[in-house]
Amino acid sequence: MMPLFDTANGHTFLRGFAFVFDNFGFLAHKALDQLALSGAALGIGAAVALPLGIALGHLHRGSTVAIGASILGRALPSILLIAVFLTVLGIGFVNNMVALAVLATGPMLTNAYDGVDGIDRDVTDAARGMGMSRLQILTRVELPLALPLLFTGVRIAAVTVVATAPIAAIAGGGGLGDVIVNQASYRLEGVLGACYCVMVLSAGVWILLLALQRAVTPIPLRSRRVPDAPQSRKELP
Amino acid sequence: MIASGPVIPNFGHGSSCVTGDHLFCWDWVRQHWGDTLEPHLVQHVELTVISVAIGFALAFGLALLSHRARALDQPIAVAAGLVYTIPSLVAFQILIAFSGLSTTTVVIPLVGYSLVILYPNITAGLRSAPPEVLEAAQGMGLTRRQMLLRIELPLALPAIIGGLRVAVVSTVAIATVAALVGDRGLGYPIFLAIGLPTPFKTEIYSAGILVVALALALDLVLVGLRRTLVRWAR
Repeated sequence: MMPLFDTANGHTFLRGFAFVFDNFGFLAHKALDQLALSGAALGIGAAVALPLGIALGHLHRGSTVAIGASILGRALPSILLIAVFLTVLGIGFVNNMVALAVLATGPMLTNAYDGVDGIDRDVTDAARGMGMSRLQILTRVELPLALPLLFTGVRIAAVTVVATAPIAAIAGGGGLGDVIVNQASYRLEGVLGACYCVMVLSAGVWILLLALQRAVTPIPLRSRRVPDAPQSRKELP
Repeated sequence: MIASGPVIPNFGHGSSCVTGDHLFCWDWVRQHWGDTLEPHLVQHVELTVISVAIGFALAFGLALLSHRARALDQPIAVAAGLVYTIPSLVAFQILIAFSGLSTTTVVIPLVGYSLVILYPNITAGLRSAPPEVLEAAQGMGLTRRQMLLRIELPLALPAIIGGLRVAVVSTVAIATVAALVGDRGLGYPIFLAIGLPTPFKTEIYSAGILVVALALALDLVLVGLRRTLVRWAR
């Protein structure tokens, strides 16, 4: 059996950092490509998942859709999605964007549904009693109350997409993944350097969105602990 | 890197369906069940079970610790959240620099992700015992340890199993990326099929169906476990 920590390779680990400093412009360019792909995928996913989740939650219907989306979203491996869309759409940006968008819909749909559906019925009843229309209830009561969970869904989806985007390089995705899967050209230190950049990128997106989430959460709701990524839905039935 | 190695035995000489890369070729699946699909399925199950088991043991230990010392909970939760942002591809690549193309390299990240999923669920479960129940237990003279074993743990079971379900399903999905580290799990045939000049559809679809079916099957096993263990909640 080989030793757990191989010192000869351990140096490569540090040389990865040197690669980042030496090729900062190149990596930044790749990172921007990756962010563009992730942003496009997240945008498409959000455009489908958020209205659907909010509508279903508002009507208190379709919990099977929301739960199914959360289970399927976790069960579908990113590589499989990319591979399947590769056979349908061919190699390139569109294939990866669609695969990542599908990946992003799961958490956003589930959390949007949970956020709106989980609002205390007494609150919406009180709003109705005050003479609010359905649209007013949705925009003035339900959406602000659901905002923290909605945002949690977006945050999880964003980190998932940014973290998965390098895998898309296998199917011509571009971005930092190009470097990661091309050890022949960039050697192990280049691969590691790109890996560090991806880590910083996804952790950065997570922290940024966490801060943004706090900023957009209505002040009276802020004291609650922000629900976090790995937590399961209340409890899967 | 991925496309290198002996790719051709999977593809090339076969029925007209295989050489023409039609939508789905049952004859390929029948022919290669024994040498491609089944061994990788078995590997996939092994990787998942080993990783979730180790992850569960660690998460359980940490949860018990932070259950005793509440101050530890917030730092552990934040650290766990950050671990979750490390992309699987990156975790595998960085560990290759240390532990090479070994099973250790594959199992460490999978343990990490399941740990991170399980920890919040176990802590939330341990905390879900209603205060009046705990007071009653205290009034009956139960020690701290007895309260944990007889009250808090049984009441935490639904949340723990809920967390296990998410961890198992996620680990099955993430384990496909482990194929980057070498010939391990159902991701490998998918990688090979992508690496071909034209992606071989049947191999992608059949391996993909197996991954998703495996995730759902393991999920069902845990639902069954919950049914037998948590009788009072029905």
